[in-house]
Amino acid sequence: MAEIRVESLRKEFSGFTAVQNSNFVVEDGEFFVMLGPSGCGKTTTLRMIAGLELPTSGRILLDSEDVTMKRARERDIAFVFQLFALYPHMNVRKNIGFPLLTQGTPRSEIRARVDETARLLRIDHLLDKPVSGLAGGDRQRVALGRAIVRRPKCFLMDEPLGTLDSEFRDLMVHELRDLHDRIAATTVYVTHDQLEAMSMADKIAVMNHGIIEQFGTPQEIYDRPRTMYVADFMGSPPMNFLRFHSGLEAGSASVRVLDAEIAVPEIRDSRAPSDLALGVRPEHVHFDDASRLRGAVVGAEYLGTTQIVSVETSEGLVKARIPASEIVRTGEIVGLALTASRLSLFDRASGDAIVTALYPEARHG
Amino acid sequence: MADVVLSRVSKSYGTSPAVIDLDLSIEQGEFVVLLGPTGAGKTTTLRLVAGLELPTTGSVSIGGVDATNLPPSARDVSFVFQQYSLYPHLSVRDNLAFPLKSPGRRMSKSDIARRVEETAELVRIGHKLDNRATQLSGGEMQRVAIGRALVRQPAIYLMDEPLSSLDAKLRADMRLELKRIQRDLGATLLYVTHDQIEAMTMADRIGILSAGRLVQLGTPREIYATPANVYVAARLGQPSINLLPRGLLPDADLPAGTATVGARTEHLDIAAAANGNGNGTVERIEHLGDQSHLHLSVGDRTVVTLATPDTALVAGDAVTIRYRNPLAFDAAGERLQGAA
Repeated sequence: MAEIRVESLRKEFSGFTAVQNSNFVVEDGEFFVMLGPSGCGKTTTLRMIAGLELPTSGRILLDSEDVTMKRARERDIAFVFQLFALYPHMNVRKNIGFPLLTQGTPRSEIRARVDETARLLRIDHLLDKPVSGLAGGDRQRVALGRAIVRRPKCFLMDEPLGTLDSEFRDLMVHELRDLHDRIAATTVYVTHDQLEAMSMADKIAVMNHGIIEQFGTPQEIYDRPRTMYVADFMGSPPMNFLRFHSGLEAGSASVRVLDAEIAVPEIRDSRAPSDLALGVRPEHVHFDDASRLRGAVVGAEYLGTTQIVSVETSEGLVKARIPASEIVRTGEIVGLALTASRLSLFDRASGDAIVTALYPEARHG
Repeated sequence: MADVVLSRVSKSYGTSPAVIDLDLSIEQGEFVVLLGPTGAGKTTTLRLVAGLELPTTGSVSIGGVDATNLPPSARDVSFVFQQYSLYPHLSVRDNLAFPLKSPGRRMSKSDIARRVEETAELVRIGHKLDNRATQLSGGEMQRVAIGRALVRQPAIYLMDEPLSSLDAKLRADMRLELKRIQRDLGATLLYVTHDQIEAMTMADRIGILSAGRLVQLGTPREIYATPANVYVAARLGQPSINLLPRGLLPDADLPAGTATVGARTEHLDIAAAANGNGNGTVERIEHLGDQSHLHLSVGDRTVVTLATPDTALVAGDAVTIRYRNPLAFDAAGERLQGAA
């Protein structure tokens, strides 16, 4: 098992910078997720850790050993790709044992390790079955088994669930996390799906245009996004922004958005008047006739237990997640109450979060 | 008026049936979503309407015309696939115009130009009309692909998981866009997906398919609140419905013959137990950002529900769990009336 340290990592392809200057540490046994849209540099970073791409500059340390320029096969890692390839003519046991066979491991040990791996993945009843007849989830488990059986220092996974049905994906997300809890192997996982990241990660790096916008625990990133980009990427629907123009005074605990005085976490940073945004998550918006922040209901998306109601205000569209049992009508004018302790403030020019009681040690850049 | 009617349609490949005895009628201007896991028969149904497959038995009528044996080109349909296929050497404008330029249509140049521009506005790609198709992002390409279907005005649009190759974030945006476009056009749409959120948020009616059969057809609220059986109940809802054996929790008011109780978040009252004498224990609270899942152990079972955003419960707490009008299913898995 291993710690992965990435220092000033940069990757340029002809005329295009895929990764700008990444620095992060994945601690021993951690499940680390790199999250971002396609083209953000997450897969390139993963491939550099794997040794499938060489960085333009910077260093990669695996358990304090500099592996930056080592070949992939000289790094003690296992890579699980999006499209899992199994050997169709071999049964499950042979598929899982294959990496050990190529390493020249003695037969009796292969047998023991394959048995152990299969038990871990709960596919021991399938060991003698041909892989061609397996269901999608079981194929995925066999592919994972082939990665686990070598007991590598770490696992690298590139959207391994991207091609599965959504129902299967939900199941596999929980299985992967359970598996991680059992074997506690350092894992780097790449995805564009924020829900996968929230469900599995110990730490998340949110990436955008080759830059890590924020690095932290899922809860931290969700509750205290450092930039408007992160706030918008996390959550479904994402954070709402109410645009306003105002100065801020340290010590104050409210802002004025149009004619509504809205309570916010105590502001820690005085600012001259500028373009700002008040950020609020859909689950922190409630309907309250007494509120002076008003808007017209433009639609509702029914989700079963809850519904997402879209309200058009003069400062922007606000989506509220409320119980499906509340009846709302399109066109109706409603007042919006916001949960004060959970609100964020952003500078619209830079996109950075403003220091408040909710963001105790905010840094810019 | 029904735009598309499938009557007792079956389709088999050799001895294996893909669609069995399907009756489905889609009204004009209606958005119907077929939902089911891989292999349920969704795509086959869509291909039967398109004419890419011919039914083994039964009939298909489109726009009042019996289309059962018509080739795809003679059917008044347009199709959007999961993998958008644009002509890479053509501009967005020419890609959109292509379906209008077929020899049989004889549209004037000015009519074509007008339709293309209207459609480009609809799918919000008007600013890129002169870009080559290869210079677009994934989301833009898919909007062009959808635009190319919309530029014609067929009796029905058929879409096979058109959003599944997009990033999660883009998919959520496109979901809203597609619903808006369909509503603005008053278009009739048959849409296939395995994503329950797409089905819930876009459909006027959802058809749930299982092993080639249409198990239930209804509005999202009907399917969610009154599922025909445990299979349908398990298709919708996040977290999934808890299917619990009778007797696990106090269940006095259930109809006779109840074997399984179906309980979603709104069917459970959960409160911290006074002096630790509850019937369940909080295992963990899973924070997923916008929602938190409460995992409870009850006897040898796990019950998962949505936690209220401000819940004071923590792992290890003893809780009292009571049903509140849950769903009841018999031993065969069919829902029993009387509860819910």
